[in-house]
Amino acid sequence: MAKYLLLLRGDGHGLDNLSPEEIQNLIGRYSAWRDNLQKTGKYVASDKLRDHQGKVLRKENSKVVVMDGPYTETKEILGGYFAVQADSYDEAIELTKDCPHFDFGSIEIREIEDMRRP
Amino acid sequence: MSGDVPALVDHLFRRNAARITATLTRVLGADRLDLAEDVVQEAMAKALAQWPFGGIPNDPAAWLFRVARNQAIDRLRRDTNFRTKERAIVDAVTDAFRAREETVGRFSHELEDDDLQMMLMCCDPRLAPESRLALTLKCVCAFGVDEIARALLAKPEAIAQRLVRAKRFLRDNAIELELPSREELPRRLDSLLDVVYLMFNEGYAATAGDDLVRRDLVDEAIRLAEELAGHEETSLPKTHALAALLHLQRARLATRVDAAGDLLLLEEQDRSRWDEDAIAHGLRHFGLAAAGDELTRFHVEAAIAVEHLTQPANWPRILGLYDDLIEIAPSPVVALNRAVAVAMVDGPECGLAVAMTLAPELHDYIPLYSTIGELARRAGNAALAREYFLEGAARARTLPLKRWFEKRGR
Repeated sequence: MAKYLLLLRGDGHGLDNLSPEEIQNLIGRYSAWRDNLQKTGKYVASDKLRDHQGKVLRKENSKVVVMDGPYTETKEILGGYFAVQADSYDEAIELTKDCPHFDFGSIEIREIEDMRRP
Repeated sequence: MSGDVPALVDHLFRRNAARITATLTRVLGADRLDLAEDVVQEAMAKALAQWPFGGIPNDPAAWLFRVARNQAIDRLRRDTNFRTKERAIVDAVTDAFRAREETVGRFSHELEDDDLQMMLMCCDPRLAPESRLALTLKCVCAFGVDEIARALLAKPEAIAQRLVRAKRFLRDNAIELELPSREELPRRLDSLLDVVYLMFNEGYAATAGDDLVRRDLVDEAIRLAEELAGHEETSLPKTHALAALLHLQRARLATRVDAAGDLLLLEEQDRSRWDEDAIAHGLRHFGLAAAGDELTRFHVEAAIAVEHLTQPANWPRILGLYDDLIEIAPSPVVALNRAVAVAMVDGPECGLAVAMTLAPELHDYIPLYSTIGELARRAGNAALAREYFLEGAARARTLPLKRWFEKRGR
């Protein structure tokens, strides 16, 4: 069993002007998806990253330069992540497929290296 | 983390959006309705951004209130117009929200004064009835513009326009948000009851349509009628009469269409499927409506609905009630419904003759075509029936209704 990181990206588009009822329905869909991960023991962790802020650090001329970002460089902003347990990429994809996030953006899946099993 | 994530109560966001808007608008004044709505939208959006990752908080309503309050105070601090009296306003907002937060969840079915004030504002008698309805749906029921448009079969742009104009009127006329005096309230209540009635009819007229939001309209109207009937300031006999009428109509909602979604006439409906629970509620309110000596159109209409519960219906008595109704609330629509009763008592030819006199006035009213078509058919005038059914099909705005007309016009 390995851990996979699901990176949820989106530009926030399509979320404006939703009615309270529509927002509740969406949250309901997300939590049904998340509940299912928890019930089947696949859920590991998840966090939301704060919007509209962030720093990018880079070395330029032997000095570390700090820039605001990264939203100036990428169209699809990383909004948050989920970490899940899965046997394979195939299973991780299966777990991710019915996430409601696809209505608003993409999800990148990456396996987390297990340092205990080199 | 356990699997016991709290589920969201039905319409939790809608209810709390309305309550937050009401509380904030009362504290800040009708001219700040836009700010109240913005803050609500921001709080809802924040929930949507965070809850998918962090899970639903233990007390979702309190969370929404807290976020909205903070957003409101932030916005006020940034607003330079408020600089001078900022402290007092921020305190007032904080107090109002604290008082509201204590009741969140616990008395979710109780009509708070804030909500009543918001209803009174939205139903200002100086606004056109359709503006009152749109504003009530937006601010009291927290429907989105698109939802209102779908429910009222209008274009979203038209609804947005209507809302902007109504809000501008409220702003320009500096509507006071205080509850009217005890002497004034019964008069203002009429406008509220009319809007609730209109809301119900809009939802009821084509619930057979394809859209759940129209069913929501019926539910919201019943909820508002119940809340008004339960509030000590507004629980007058006429409020109970309206509540009775709506419950009794709702009892037949599910049976108005057959399995294929086609509309059925009253006499074609399966009475065993009428909603017993709704009938019980309706009869309870009907009993309470009998107190006092004011006889409103809601009383008479509820009495007609009660008559329809018994089979066979007592048509002479129903006709008598329609005669009363014509006297209290004369309108061509009431006269058309009375024509049906005339047909049952004096024969279809007589009913048809009455209905035909109303045709010029009601040519935009779609039930005219079903009523005349049906009365003409019963009177044996197949050509006239066909003419009206086909005209109805051409004018119908929902598919089930169109099919209903086409089937009969064939």
